[in-house]
Order: sequence, then C-alpha cells, then structure tokens
Amino acid sequence: MAILSKDDAKKILEKVVGFSKSDGIEVTLNGNDGGNIRYARNSVSTAGESSNVSLSVQTYFGKKSGGASINEFDDASLEKVVRRAEELAQLAPENPEFMEPLGPQNYGTDPKTFIESTAKITPDYRAKSASNSIEPASKKDVTAAGFLEDSRGFSSLMNSKGLFAYSQSTGVDFTVTMRTNDGTGSGWVARNFNDVSKLDAAEASQIAIDKALQSRNAKAIEPGKYTVILEPNAAADLLGLMLAGMNARQADEGRSYLSKKGGGTKLGEKIVDERVNIYTDPWNEEVPVANWSDGGGGRFGGGGGGGGGQPRTKMDLIKNGVVSNLIYDRYWASQKNVEATSFPGNRIMAGGNASIEDMIKDTKKGVLVTRFWYIRAVDPQTLLYTGLTRDGTFYIENGKIKHPVKNFRFNESPIIMLNNLETLGKQMRVAGGFGGGSSLIPAMKIRDFTFSSLSDAV
Amino acid sequence: MKRRDFVQLTGLGLGGLLLPFPMMGNSVSPEALLEIPITIAQKKQLADVALNTAKSLGATYTDVRIGRYLNQFVSTREKRVQGIQSSESYGVGIRVIANGTWGFASTNQVTTEGVNKATTQAVAIARANSKFQKEPVILAPAPGYGEVVWNTPIQKNSFEVPVSEKVDLLLNANSEAMKNGANFVSSNLFQVNEQKYFASSDGSYIDQDIHRIWPTFTVSAIDRASGQFKTRDALSAPMGMGYDYMIPKKEDKLQTPFGMTLYGNSYDIVEDAIAAAKQAKEKLTAKSVEPGKYDMVLEPNHLGLTIHESVGHPLELDRILGYEANYAGTSFATLDKLKSGTFNYGSKVVNIFADKTQPCSLGAVGYDDEGVKCKRWDLIKDGIFVNVEAIRDQVHMIGQKESHGCCYSQSWEDVQFQRMPNVSLAPGKESYSLAQMIKDVEKGIYIAGRGSYSIDQQRYNFQFGGNVFYEIKNGEVIGMLNDVAYQSNTQEFWNSCVKICDEKDYRLFGSFFDGKGQPSQVSAVSHGSSTSRFNGVNVINTARTI
Repeated sequence: MAILSKDDAKKILEKVVGFSKSDGIEVTLNGNDGGNIRYARNSVSTAGESSNVSLSVQTYFGKKSGGASINEFDDASLEKVVRRAEELAQLAPENPEFMEPLGPQNYGTDPKTFIESTAKITPDYRAKSASNSIEPASKKDVTAAGFLEDSRGFSSLMNSKGLFAYSQSTGVDFTVTMRTNDGTGSGWVARNFNDVSKLDAAEASQIAIDKALQSRNAKAIEPGKYTVILEPNAAADLLGLMLAGMNARQADEGRSYLSKKGGGTKLGEKIVDERVNIYTDPWNEEVPVANWSDGGGGRFGGGGGGGGGQPRTKMDLIKNGVVSNLIYDRYWASQKNVEATSFPGNRIMAGGNASIEDMIKDTKKGVLVTRFWYIRAVDPQTLLYTGLTRDGTFYIENGKIKHPVKNFRFNESPIIMLNNLETLGKQMRVAGGFGGGSSLIPAMKIRDFTFSSLSDAV
Repeated sequence: MKRRDFVQLTGLGLGGLLLPFPMMGNSVSPEALLEIPITIAQKKQLADVALNTAKSLGATYTDVRIGRYLNQFVSTREKRVQGIQSSESYGVGIRVIANGTWGFASTNQVTTEGVNKATTQAVAIARANSKFQKEPVILAPAPGYGEVVWNTPIQKNSFEVPVSEKVDLLLNANSEAMKNGANFVSSNLFQVNEQKYFASSDGSYIDQDIHRIWPTFTVSAIDRASGQFKTRDALSAPMGMGYDYMIPKKEDKLQTPFGMTLYGNSYDIVEDAIAAAKQAKEKLTAKSVEPGKYDMVLEPNHLGLTIHESVGHPLELDRILGYEANYAGTSFATLDKLKSGTFNYGSKVVNIFADKTQPCSLGAVGYDDEGVKCKRWDLIKDGIFVNVEAIRDQVHMIGQKESHGCCYSQSWEDVQFQRMPNVSLAPGKESYSLAQMIKDVEKGIYIAGRGSYSIDQQRYNFQFGGNVFYEIKNGEVIGMLNDVAYQSNTQEFWNSCVKICDEKDYRLFGSFFDGKGQPSQVSAVSHGSSTSRFNGVNVINTARTI
C-alpha cells in the first residue's frame, strides 16, 4: 500500500482529522517504496527493497502542541494516534513561537515529479545496471564499486482549517567508483533523475572507467592558488552549503555569513559576481519537485519554521550577484512583518554554453576537478570550508589536459569562489537540494581557488 | 535517514545551530517507552520459529534479532523548549545463509506469522543473490552461549526521569549561559535505549539492554559592531551510560593549570555552560594564530576525533578490502603493511587498542549483533600496525579464526555489518600530568573539544580544528587563540607523538552518529585517551574576509 492515490490518502486524512478533539490538527501521510543494489570488488554485495507508509499527527490546544506517529491504519489505531498526540499536547509547555495552521492554498499545476517507468524499476533492472558497470570494468583491469537506489512515493497533508496537499514523486540515484587494479587510478560518476529512461548506467560507468585509467600515476604539483574547472558535482557541493545557510533569522541574529557589520542582513547587497543567478522553481522540467512544503522539520512554527502546506513558488535567491531573498519561516516573518518564504525544494543556478572541453581549451594553467570529498565547515562566519579533490584531478596547461595530479586539500569559501568566477559552463542535474529536491548546477571555471596541501590518497 | 540528510541537518555551516533530531521510528509518549511489550520467553519462542523455518528451507545458518529501539530527544534554546520527541521502533530482522549467500529480511509484525514470512523471504533473497556470488560466505565459528543476559550497568534509567526534569536542567544551563554573557544558546539531550534479543542457529539466545546519553549545547557570542560571532560547544561526551552521567561528581572533574574544567564519567552541564559563555566572549577578541609548526597538546575530548578518523576508520577491514570504495572510501593501511609486521603507524609510545567491553563507552555490549562475545585486542602495539577490525565472515581473509566481535546494525530493519569498535590510545605508563606536559612545551597550542574535521578517502591527509585553543609559550599557557587548524598525514602525525599523560588523565570522547554503508547506517562509538603531545605539527590560519 506504499503508494496511495490522492483520493485514498484524502479519505484516511479526513478520517483522522475527524477524530480530533483539540483546537486544531495537522496530519501528514507519506509512503515510499524503494529498491537498491550495491556492488564492490566487481561483485554484487547487497540488494534489497523496502516499503513504508507512515502517518504523523500534530495537534494543538492554544499554544501547546504535541505529535505522534503510527504505521497502522485501522480505525482504532488512527483514533489512538490522535488521542496520544492530544495527550502530549496537553502536557507540553507553551510554545511562544506557535503559529496556527494555514487555510486552503492554491498550488497551481502539478510539477512532473512522478514518472511511471521509474516507479516500475525491477530487481532485474538493478542487477542489469550493476552488470553493465562491472563487466566493462573487469575487461579493463578496473574494479567497480557502485550503488543504484530508486524510489517511488507520495506525500500528503491535511489540517483542520481545510488545507489539503498531495504529491507523488519518483527518483533514481546512481554512483560508481572505478579503481584501477594497480591502485594508482580512480574515477567516479554520478547520475540523478526523476525519469529512469534518462539513465544509462553503461555510458556513465564508461566515463568513470576512463577517468580511472587516465588518472593513473598522478604527479604531485605544489599546493597554492590555481584556476580550477569544477565539474557540476564539485561546484554543487560548495554551492549547496552556501544556499543551506540563507536562513533569515540567523542572519538577523548576527550569526550568519549574511549578517552585516553593525547589525542587519546582507539582503539586497551584492555578495558574488554579477553573473551569478540562483533560484528555485518547482516546475523546472529537469529538477521538478513538489509545489508545496511539508514544513521542513517543524509544525506550526516551532523548531523547523512552520510551513505545513505552504505553496512553493519560483523564487530568486541570488539575482545578478545580489541576495534577493532570505528564507523567513512563518514565525520569523510575523516578527519582521514580511511575507513568509516557503522552504525551497530544488536549487537552480543559471549556466552558460561552454562545455568542459571549451573551458579546458581556454585555460592556460589550471586544475580540472571531478568531485570534492569530506567537506566540512571551518568558519561559519566566512563560510570557509575544507575538503579534498577525489577520483579524477587533472593538470591543464595551454588548453590541454597535461597529466593527472595528486589530490589536494582545499580551504575555500563559496562566497570567495563565486567572486572569482571566470566562466559558467553547461548545467547538469545533480543529487541533493533543499528538502528532498535535486539541483541543476553548471560547471564553472574559478580563478585563485585555494589548495592548501597535498594528499597521497587515490 | 540517509547520511547525507543527517550531515545537512547537523552542518556547522549553519553557525553551530543544531536542528531538531530526525525521528527514527514512531513518535510515542515518554510513558510508552517504559512499557515491556514482550517477555524474554516470548522472544525465544519467536526466535525458534525463525530458526526452524529457515532450517527447513535449507538455510545453513540463521540469526534473528528482535529489537526495540527507543530514542528521546529534548531540545531547547534560550528560555524555551524547541521540541520533545520520544520514539519507538520495534520489529525483527532475520539473516540467513542459503546457497552460500547472505539473505536478509525484516518485519514490524512481531508475530509467528510475521516472523515466518520474513524468514521465508530472507531465504528467497539469499537464493536469488547467490547468482551473483563469486565465493561462498565463510563464517568463522562462534560458540553458542545458551540463554544469557547483558545490560549496560546504569545507575539511573534516563527514560524513567521525568521530561520536565530534563527540560528544567537544560533551561537552567541556558539561563546561566545568558547571565554570563552569551547572546544565544541552544541545548539538547539525546537518549537511546536498545532492547535487543539475538538468537542464532549456533545456539545463542542473548538478551541485551543498552543505554546511551548525550547532553550538548552551543553558546554563541556576538559583537554587532564588528559583525563577528563565535561559538563554544559543550565539553561533554556522548556516553554509554544512563542519566547518572548528568549528575556531576567531584571526582570526575579535572582542573587544567589555566583554569578550565574538563569532565570524565559525569558532567556538570550548568557549570560548563557558564564557562562556555565566558570563553565564547573571550574568543571574540582572542589573537589570530600565526601559522607555522607547533607542538600540539591535544585533550582527550579533541584527540578522540583524530583517533576516530585516522585510526578507527582506516583499520576497518571492509574498507581495506574495497567494499566501501564507492562511499566511505578505502584505506592506506593495506594488508601487506599488516602482514609485514614492521609498519610504523606511530612512534614507540603509541599503543592503540580496540575494546568493546570498556565501561561507560558507547560501543560497550556483552555480545555483538552476530552473537560474538565482545573483547579487547591490540591494533597498534609499540607503534607497529598489528591488527584490524573484522567480523565473522571476514576474519578468514586475514588468516584469523575468531571474529573480533564488532558487528552492528542500527536497527532491526537494517542488516548488520562490520562497524568500528571503541578504538583508544593507551595512557602513558609513567606518571605524567597535563601540568607537567605544558611545562615541557616551548612553542605549542593546547586544543580541547571537537571542531571541524576532514580526512581523505584513504585516510592519509587530514585537517582538524577544535572547540577552544590556547597558546603555550615557554612552558606556560599565555592566552586564547583563534583561527587554528592543523594539517598532517596520519603516519607522520602518529610518529610525531612524543608523550602521553598517565591514566589519571584518561577520558572518553564519543561519536553518536558515525556513518557507513549504502544505504547508510549510523553507529555510536567511543575513543579513550589521555592528553598527548605531538611535535612539529603544521598549523594554518583559517581567517578570511568575505
């Protein structure tokens, strides 16, 4: 029963709302069917499927709220979970930041988040994908380790003020690391789609195999400031960390990179190169995501910000290098007398027309980065992060890839990086976004990227 | 929950703000956590159903884990409660070997019918997967222990303490921090109880009751005029203990020669919150570090994370063999280095051991999740790499006959696999205190508490920050420092270890959410050490302007 139709979900939700004896109630009903296959050492190591449906109830009396959840759906269980939430709400301390649920909303058309072919992925499909990765690897004296994970699910929400929201989604995520058997070369590739027909595991695996072979016997070059060409996955990791910190409250409180000296925030200020345009749009065809938000971790304005059923809209985050919106949850928006911002579901950065090859041709001296690894915050004030390059790092000289280089540790801030923008390349869909969505991020060429030491890791 | 999601939730990029803990299981009332849904005798009956069914279907080995996993999370900021969550996850996982291949299935239907169905599915999965199996599973023998019980030796069950008492304690800590100069403070208390029953076709029926606790906070100090903000996190450690950890005891407090208080097997959250507020404020005007080589004096609650990343992870056998190549990575500590018997992982004073029996540690259990009795073993002996971390289906690959007993699953619904045991640095044998160590350092930095951490996928190159930094000059601590991070290479770093304080300084660091595997699973692990000195380590300055 993992995927309930809109009507079936609505019937259950109406029943649960009907059991309420509190001042108000919000109920979410979500389900997910998933499957995966994992392989390593050119052999399948694990494969499995899972199925789960769960129902969460939040009730409130005045400014006191409580929640409970369940995965049984007979009438007695449904009533029990409501009573349990009500008991907890009565016992809870008053939350001064409590926000009453929203009334009915207009969400517009449904984004194309559910693709039938992805929903129908079988264990055989997964096994074939693994085999399409392992076989070409073993022929080239390369060892494959990969993971393919797919899911199909639905989310729905109803409250006692008449709001009802429902969406379905599918997704498939594929990553593979190819290592040469002499241990000196490694390549990686990642693919992420709503629509599995866009995934070609064999084609993707070949890219990783080629990178592994080309990265053998890397040479050490001195750490320092280099022009880098970041493939979309590498760029997305650092950008994502910047976008995840666009919370208005933290900026207002003076503890964010978006806080301003002397007080206030950098909203409306230019913080990066004017060619940087970042926005969110649930209806984008490459990275569609639900056009409503379930609240991002908190109900009724407590904790996560209270977005239960807020409509998502197309919204600029950075426009021509200027901070054009911060994320205001409903409580903080009410304190600041501004419109609340729905928690975005995807992130999109406008790109250019240059291919990676074009950017290499145009580079006198630089480093091509396939991906970053183990990125951790060093200083939240400046958004300084450290991490390493991995699985395909190459030295570029006079418009050509000259040779593979040993991996570097970097210490860099995405703000500094986007101020040092040289060229924007083509966009690619990559895994990871806000609230379960994906991202559409371009490759980019950056000058003066700070590599601070060398790593012997392959 | 995926690891990626968790990392996003706890990212330091959000200014140290800890977001609400994601739920694992169904949310229930705190009282419901104290209910006992099933007796040991009933668990044995259900386990026997699985063992018999699997055997009749041709399985050559079967284990059954009936698990009830309880979590409670209390979160506050300044004067108010952010969230109180109690959750329960209850079900059974069945693992079999059929056709020489593993199969696993789980169900939340803890009934004869549910167990029978899951067992049948596990055998079917094993048979289906055997098509891809190149070599049959070789399982190291483990004795059947019969019916045994092991419980974390707690003095006070966290789940029996009223939530209001926990809220009052956190709000009191917040209030004291604010009175002492904090601009913001958030505090949290995580509590875990794993009630797990294990039975196997080897003849073991093991009932265990495991407790863990983690109080923590982040204090922020802000200077609006300069736009600077600094944080100081709690100097607590997550522990394998009950609520007894929250009751401060004098004998568990250690005073540094420069006025800081550090904590052992009990914690004073209010006292530490006051100190944190003062230190966060002091950080706003502390000197920015001059980059260069320093002798590092690393406190156990800091060094534990360095041990975790640079010793605990590289010595996991699945990583060494390449099973984690696509996610956690591989390891520089290869089997040829192990076999050589001469690989200098560290200097002669470095003795690092694995120990799943260490009292108060997060990894302490009587038996692991495949029924192997837990033990202690050496990993690095007098600086030489001598052993790794391995489980029943792995030890034959390194020519050993006995599992190390470090198999774990985060819940009944996930399959168990090799996880890091507690990995600890043995204290120095001679009497040597922190005061003496500081006195012996000419140009150094003292670091306490965990901060930023990053290491490459083969565990060579790492960079660590910390929670608080103090400059040492000519044998004395002369003041606080900012913007400190050290970079080193694992082998070089451990070979630069020249001195380790004695056992009086020995304390545990812990990690509640160590991630590994695809789909990712978390596990909790402790690392003990005494304050240690590392000579000539490269320190960088992390200050930037944006």
